[in-house]
Amino acid sequence: MTSPFRTPDGGRIDRATTVEITFDGQTLPGHPGDTLASALLANGRHQVATSIKLGRPRGIAAAWAEDPGSLVQIEAPFPEPMLLATTVELYDGLVAHGLPGQGRLAEVPDSARYDAVHHHVDVLVVGAGPAGLAAALTAARAGARVALVDEQSEAGGSLLSGTDRLDDAPASQWVAAAVAELAAHPEVLHLQRTTAFGSYDDGFVLALERRTDHLGTGAPRHVSRQRVWRIRARSIVVATGAHERPVVFADNDRPGIMLAGAARTFLHRYGVLPGREAVVFTTNDSAYDAALDLHHAGVQVQAVVDARPEGSPRRDECEHAGIRVLSGAVVTGTQGVERVTHALVAPFADGEVGASSAIGCDLLLVSGGWNPAVHLFSQARGRLRYDETLGAFLPGEELDGLAVTGSAAGGFDLAGCLADGQRVVRAALTALAIPPAGEDPLPAAPEAVIPAAPLVLWRVPDTSGAEGSTSFVDLQRDATVADIARAVGAGLRSLEHVKRFTTIGTAHDQGKTSGVLTSGITAELLGIPVQDTGTTTFRPPYTPVAFAALAGRDRGRLFDPERVTALHQWHVAAGAVFEDVGQWKRPRYYPQPGEDMEAAVLRECAAARTGVGIIDGSTLGKIDVQGPDAAVLLDRLYTNLMSSLKVGSVRYGVMCGVDGMVIDDGTVFRLAEDRFLVLTTTGGAAKILDWMEEWLQTEWPDLRVHCTSVTEQWATFPVVGPRSRDVVGAVFPDVDVSAEAFPFMTWRDATLDGVPVRLARISFSGELAFEVYVNPWYAVAVWQRLLEAGRPYGITPYGTETMHVLRAEKGYPIIGQDTDGTVSPHDLGMAWAVSKKKPDFVGKRSFARPANADPLRKQLVGLLPVDRETVLPEGSQIVEFRADGQLPPPPVPMLGHVTSSYRSAELARPFALALVRGGRERIGDTVHVPVNGTLVPVEVTGSVLIDPEGARRDG
Amino acid sequence: MQLIACPWCGPREEVEFSYGGQAHVPYPDSPAELSDEQWAHYVFFRDNPKGRFAERWNHSAGCRRWFNAIRDTTTYRFERVYRLDDPKPLATELASSRRSTAP
Ligand SMILES: [Zn+2]
Repeated sequence: MTSPFRTPDGGRIDRATTVEITFDGQTLPGHPGDTLASALLANGRHQVATSIKLGRPRGIAAAWAEDPGSLVQIEAPFPEPMLLATTVELYDGLVAHGLPGQGRLAEVPDSARYDAVHHHVDVLVVGAGPAGLAAALTAARAGARVALVDEQSEAGGSLLSGTDRLDDAPASQWVAAAVAELAAHPEVLHLQRTTAFGSYDDGFVLALERRTDHLGTGAPRHVSRQRVWRIRARSIVVATGAHERPVVFADNDRPGIMLAGAARTFLHRYGVLPGREAVVFTTNDSAYDAALDLHHAGVQVQAVVDARPEGSPRRDECEHAGIRVLSGAVVTGTQGVERVTHALVAPFADGEVGASSAIGCDLLLVSGGWNPAVHLFSQARGRLRYDETLGAFLPGEELDGLAVTGSAAGGFDLAGCLADGQRVVRAALTALAIPPAGEDPLPAAPEAVIPAAPLVLWRVPDTSGAEGSTSFVDLQRDATVADIARAVGAGLRSLEHVKRFTTIGTAHDQGKTSGVLTSGITAELLGIPVQDTGTTTFRPPYTPVAFAALAGRDRGRLFDPERVTALHQWHVAAGAVFEDVGQWKRPRYYPQPGEDMEAAVLRECAAARTGVGIIDGSTLGKIDVQGPDAAVLLDRLYTNLMSSLKVGSVRYGVMCGVDGMVIDDGTVFRLAEDRFLVLTTTGGAAKILDWMEEWLQTEWPDLRVHCTSVTEQWATFPVVGPRSRDVVGAVFPDVDVSAEAFPFMTWRDATLDGVPVRLARISFSGELAFEVYVNPWYAVAVWQRLLEAGRPYGITPYGTETMHVLRAEKGYPIIGQDTDGTVSPHDLGMAWAVSKKKPDFVGKRSFARPANADPLRKQLVGLLPVDRETVLPEGSQIVEFRADGQLPPPPVPMLGHVTSSYRSAELARPFALALVRGGRERIGDTVHVPVNGTLVPVEVTGSVLIDPEGARRDG
Repeated sequence: MQLIACPWCGPREEVEFSYGGQAHVPYPDSPAELSDEQWAHYVFFRDNPKGRFAERWNHSAGCRRWFNAIRDTTTYRFERVYRLDDPKPLATELASSRRSTAP
């Protein structure tokens, strides 16, 4: 296969190797070093897709990330939407098709790896064009720690696209030597295919390295596909170049219309002729290079159309080559269906367009000047200024730690860019106190030809009769001059509003070609200076970044740490169904064959209430509080008195915030005069340790107390039920487990085969219960001993669901489920846990507010559905009928809501806990809960539904 | 992402820190003697200035120490970090802040 538009030689492609790709079902040849766009052009294909709203044919309009036209979907080797043909490097087996503005996500999981690396440098240089390479070399020679990142496949920047010479040789030789010199410096990191896509505070830059995308199916599995570099730089040099700007005219969107500089890139870098017959439309001198280079490569250049009345001093060069130059002329429109066939050219003077005539062409090159790529500067909150001469926005102030150089700073001659790159990095090194190297030569560049002043021309007046409705500003959004006029006509003055009204700049390319045009056209329509409209805000990312890359390794099981207890494998083997409690995986219930959750929970509850059950409670938060003032600290943080607790005893306590609302609860063991073990809820463990440390450091630094988390140092197994004493007594024969010797709310140390074990009589179920604490290394062994000893009694492992039912039957609240940050201990019916003796504790003063004594506060009560059948959905609202048996008129007052709701094996009916306004006064009343559109009558009861005297628990 | 200079550890990434609200709001000596309004001011009322603000920060994923900082709420710049037992710096002690991206 041959590619009809491939030049016979030249370019930076590997002509010895041919690869095959499939585009829109057509097999096409290309070479390594091509992009998908250059391969399409080499085969004479300009149109890539149709446009998103209007369905107009669209093609390749630029040569890199600024292209608004060539959106493609990759189908193989891995499906990926919304890439630009101009930035997809070619590899064998690539299958792609054009996209009308919108792609679709892959239906198969992404099996590639993505990762991230942190990197710290003295100097980060972004862009490996002439200015960036000069800067990186100077920094490297000075011995600085340097990173140089560049988004292209190879270094060189604009030098890859032209015919420049340095040191009297092709510039590519200097580029190769510079790259080799950088590689020899051990403190230099040089990354190609790496886009710095965001600059943030304090010299922080994110860059995306595409490591294997260009290898296709040849990508090694063990290498991450893309890597996010998190670079912290003491100084940043932005040498990101400039984007060529189009001029807007009628029907400026046809395939075959492209930026003039892009045509040079396709010719010199990829060895591709983007057409046979070209018209070049320009407002500045840079496009003359494109006209002449294409002419020398064999393209018939029909005319150079220069909008400037005096044209250019380069006119003679063109005419010498036989190229017609029309000065004071513009392109007013185009003809052609799927490809441009004619440019309509008309005289242009003082803003007035004359009669047009058609010039045949299959390629229309456009240059309206150059926009410096100031994105990273602007993201770092640098202010931009409008330059009248260039018609572009430039960095408008000096920033500490970030300098812009080269054409990104508005310099467009090669010698000047090289010198400026060296100058700015030397200033940066001086600020970092790094002396420059003695030997630091720059290559000799030919003396710059002073270009004639460009003309700032945003748009050609529309003489086609379409009134700007085919004059495209943002090709990806199908947004036109007419749309901007409509926005301005609707009264919009702010460019940010115009952007949102027209959607210009909101597509895949983020307005790289359309942004400044919109500023200029809006200013023109409003009759104000462009400086006054400014630009819309530049926000990261500079080019699209896949979520997979941002996620890196933090996906799937690594997205959030999973915490498992020492018994996890046992739970898995026992068929547990798990639930997430914070980061913990906890068994929710253990279904037996044929059981659903409801059946399993009823069975597990019955076992704990009538025989014996056992649960893995290891996730409970545990904090070791030590020091001579430990008791003082706990007295200040708990609502009740902890200093009076005897060594060997356990006390339940509640903690409140300064606002008097409950933040956590749990039991406290006194291990010694100066040592306590504080148990918190599973979810509250970290928060309560933070809380203790905050008070100790910020308010009470005089207290001699240390706190440390011991959650993972103790596996914890509550053994629960009337037969729990038999089980624990059998496993620990040396411990007197009688009620007299080992009463409720005490703890005892024991040993099992020499392993220290702590036993405690605590009950979160209301049943006789023992908690067994042991080092997790011995957890499985101790758990199995307990199961063994419990077998005669049918010991039943149970999960969190049964735990919740058992505690709710006793009215024990779960902080965060039955409370919501507006609930005081008194609201929970726990006035008994609030000390009246202590002069102060955190929250005490708030209890004295009159609002806390309001009898109409929401209080925790029980609810029993009268039908003995309905399980009220948690979160349901509670309403009441008026005395006449009718609902009050809407809005019906809400009395509160259901906080916990279960089916009870013991009660043989469903029940619930609820926060109800004036709830304790309503005990015995009937209120209503709307469930699926019907009002379910429920009886209000006390919150303790089983064994209110606590006889079982204390037994 | 900003760097925050922990007085104990030096400059560290912002994600290692947690915010603790306005600094120099001590727990009252005798809460019981305060009126409801005075107590409400301690519990709920905090300044919200545009410009310099004395704040509490905790190096929660580092040394876990609390410290105070003067931060400009318009630029986000930390102008001074200081220990809890240091006095609040006077405005005259603080250098005029400059626009900067460098650490
Ligand atoms: Zn620290």
